[in-house]
Amino acid sequence: MKYTYLKYLTFLFSLTFILVSCNNNKDEDLPTGPDFSGTFAQKDQMGRPAVNTVFVSAASKDEFNVTVPSAQSARFQSMFQTNLMALSPAFANADDTNALGQNAAAFTGLLATDVLNVSLDGKTTFFDGTNVLTGRALADDVITVELLLIFGGEDFTENPTLSNDNVDANDKEFLTSFPYLATPW
Amino acid sequence: MKKNRILLTTIFAAVIGLVLVAADHIDAPDAQGTTADITDFYAFQGEDTNNLVFVANVQGLLSPSATAETSFDENVLVEFNIDTNQDNTEDFVIQAIPRDGVMYFFGPFTPSVTGLNSTINENATAGEVAITAYNSTAVTSTNAVGMKFFAGPRDDPFFMDFARYGEIIAGNAPGFNSPGSDTFAGTNVMSIVVEVPKSMIGSSGTINTWVEAKAKQ
Repeated sequence: MKYTYLKYLTFLFSLTFILVSCNNNKDEDLPTGPDFSGTFAQKDQMGRPAVNTVFVSAASKDEFNVTVPSAQSARFQSMFQTNLMALSPAFANADDTNALGQNAAAFTGLLATDVLNVSLDGKTTFFDGTNVLTGRALADDVITVELLLIFGGEDFTENPTLSNDNVDANDKEFLTSFPYLATPW
Repeated sequence: MKKNRILLTTIFAAVIGLVLVAADHIDAPDAQGTTADITDFYAFQGEDTNNLVFVANVQGLLSPSATAETSFDENVLVEFNIDTNQDNTEDFVIQAIPRDGVMYFFGPFTPSVTGLNSTINENATAGEVAITAYNSTAVTSTNAVGMKFFAGPRDDPFFMDFARYGEIIAGNAPGFNSPGSDTFAGTNVMSIVVEVPKSMIGSSGTINTWVEAKAKQ
């Protein structure tokens, strides 16, 4: 009698436990949205093309990627200027400038804050002969523009074998409509 | 599989005697070869000139066979930053993060905290698009406020004779060849493209923009 009572009690207890468990499972099975929780910490950043690659010394490349743009100029401008003057004979003399009229300090002062300037009012291009730094379009030959500004001197004529890589266009046509980039190979 | 691909890419780079670093491809030790490596960033006026287009490319130098095996990392948040008042601090961000084959977008919104650490703002203007599979027609979407979205593999739009540049910097070549050879020809990237009405960012003048890749802690 007592044994039977205990058995029933155990059974009831187990049943309750199972029912509660099932109920819990049901709660978990309810459709929920994707989980976007958590903190995301910076690993890489980029504004203008090739800036970290060309102007930041090897030991500082990771630091550059985790320095907010508003702090980059104070931290990196002098390093950029040293590297520019070591890299380019067009900036060998103190009064040398690029075709934008910038001396080494002014040019690297612009580049050290690695943001892309974009116009909301009209043509967006890295440089098209008229507009300067109003955006970056897919077809812009940004490397030749940068090489010209680094090596080309006051009128883009200095160091001609260094100031154009002679690759002027992409290997696939871009699209005129969204999403603009060409299909993959 | 992914480790093998990274290893192969590394061996390939070593074999051809180059450390391939270009627009921002594998620019720094902590980012290179990871799913958080930004290769390029573009910002330009859209086909509809009332809109701006932002493009972020990650995981560069993918061969066609590697592209088929590559996906966006669910632990990597790609964040477009927009400074509207010339202090080089973000006034708006647009966030993009993948979940289960879909790229989710939030923003543009003004973040409560700026800088190196971000949380995702699910209450911001939202959009989403199915991630386009390799060799499939591009899947695009448009949300209620007229923003357009795309995510998936694309041809790397970057072009440069990077191999020759490396030789010049190493002192092994006097200058570029003419014509040059596009080191990035035939390679793909993972692209995120978002088109946004300019009115959601500002009315006129110049904005400053940059893109960040942030990893879940």
